[in-house]
Amino acid sequence: MASRRVRFTFEPELVTEPVIYRVGHLYDVVTNIRMADVDERVGWVILELSGEPAEIDRAIAWAEQQGVRVDPLAGDVVEG
Amino acid sequence: MSFDRALRCRECGREYPLAPIFSCEFCFGPLEVAYDYEAMRGRITRESIAAGPATLWRYADLLPCDAAYRVDIGTGFTPLQRADRLAEAVGLRTLWLKNDTVNPTWSFKDRVVSVAIARARQFGFEAIACASTGNLANSVCAHAARSGMEVYVFIPDDLEHGKVVGSAVYHPTLVMVDGTYDDVNRLCTELSQSYPWAFVNINVRPYYAEGSRTLGFEVAEQLGWRAPGACVVPMASGSLFTKIRKGFSEFAELGLIEEPATRMFGAQASGCSPITTAHQAGTLNFVPQKPDTIARSLAIGNPADGYYALKTMQETGGGAEMATDEEIVEGIKLLAETEGIFSETAGGVTVACLRKLVESGAISPEEETVAFITGAGLKTVEAVSGDVADPLRVPARTEVFSEALAERRRAAAEPAGAGAR
Repeated sequence: MASRRVRFTFEPELVTEPVIYRVGHLYDVVTNIRMADVDERVGWVILELSGEPAEIDRAIAWAEQQGVRVDPLAGDVVEG
Repeated sequence: MSFDRALRCRECGREYPLAPIFSCEFCFGPLEVAYDYEAMRGRITRESIAAGPATLWRYADLLPCDAAYRVDIGTGFTPLQRADRLAEAVGLRTLWLKNDTVNPTWSFKDRVVSVAIARARQFGFEAIACASTGNLANSVCAHAARSGMEVYVFIPDDLEHGKVVGSAVYHPTLVMVDGTYDDVNRLCTELSQSYPWAFVNINVRPYYAEGSRTLGFEVAEQLGWRAPGACVVPMASGSLFTKIRKGFSEFAELGLIEEPATRMFGAQASGCSPITTAHQAGTLNFVPQKPDTIARSLAIGNPADGYYALKTMQETGGGAEMATDEEIVEGIKLLAETEGIFSETAGGVTVACLRKLVESGAISPEEETVAFITGAGLKTVEAVSGDVADPLRVPARTEVFSEALAERRRAAAEPAGAGAR
């Protein structure tokens, strides 16, 4: 069992889609939301995904296919 | 002595012991160092600071590390110089430049790394690491070399040779990662959890970020113990922007300056402008971007402190601007030609945005302004190399030189568009 803390960012057209609900049903991962905000331009959710590492990878790949941007919690760590 | 007291979540306020951690276990919000200002008051005075060394260690009591662990390569207390010629060019009455190009590895990153490496040593780490395309890697490698620590630097595999050499000369373990920037981000975040290393901007980020406050401290001290009317600051993660303002606020809290009314303005490249774009749209929620700009030192598409930078603009009545690649090059040249400072692309962003902020009226001509120049131009010569003064090519004969000089002067005197440069 592993866990990964990530930030999902949704474009406006995805804000009304139950993406996180579907991630939890399509893949054997537990989704645990800790912080979120949504406005008319963008929505973001900070959550923890728990499960087998390969299953977490598949869940993230699927979310990205739906148009969600998935980033590590720390943001971009490659600095100039 | 340090007056650091705890780590505190910037979102929910929960506190944690001082440790190499960066996010709150409850809400996953970012952690920030909390200080005992009550104990500081009266013990940190203008006189005690002024009696310190001419480096950032004059503010040692305000930093979140025991100064006994410092690795001092001479960072900080860089010049704050009045810039009358640039002020006139952009339409300001009083402009100051905080020239951080003269730090030991030629960028402001020496400030944050100084604090990160001291704290890492204090925690007992024997190795330090980072992921970087330039300035940060140079600074981490230099500090590690000076201290004798092991150092691991992760870079994308398409990095220009010159930037690789700028770190490789210090003989670190250099890791070129085959993949995109996102892949490097992901890899380093994972490695920070599995290797016993101090990743300067991941697991020791709360301490690392505090080093940027010294820019605020220095500006206030160098202005004669007061804060300026406005600041223009380049933004990548947004951390530097928020910490300069925090530096002013802390000085006020300690009674060293009056309560600051400084308006904070951020500068980004158009090709990577998540914070400026959000500000212009009137929201605190930025949309991450894929960077495409010559200002690679600012190319952070998903800025960790973007939200806090936007809040700082809101709270101070400041704002944000962005500059195209062409405007960035013009900014670099304008700074060099008016003030004799050769800046890397981030400085071009700052100067270009400063000009636009004054043109738009966001900064008034009467507002005393400080612009932060954070890295030296020799790091990014390719940005301007095709667009600078052409040499006069002459044989070693006086009469040929005089003739060529006269010709150059004639050409320069012709109206724009009437002849070649």
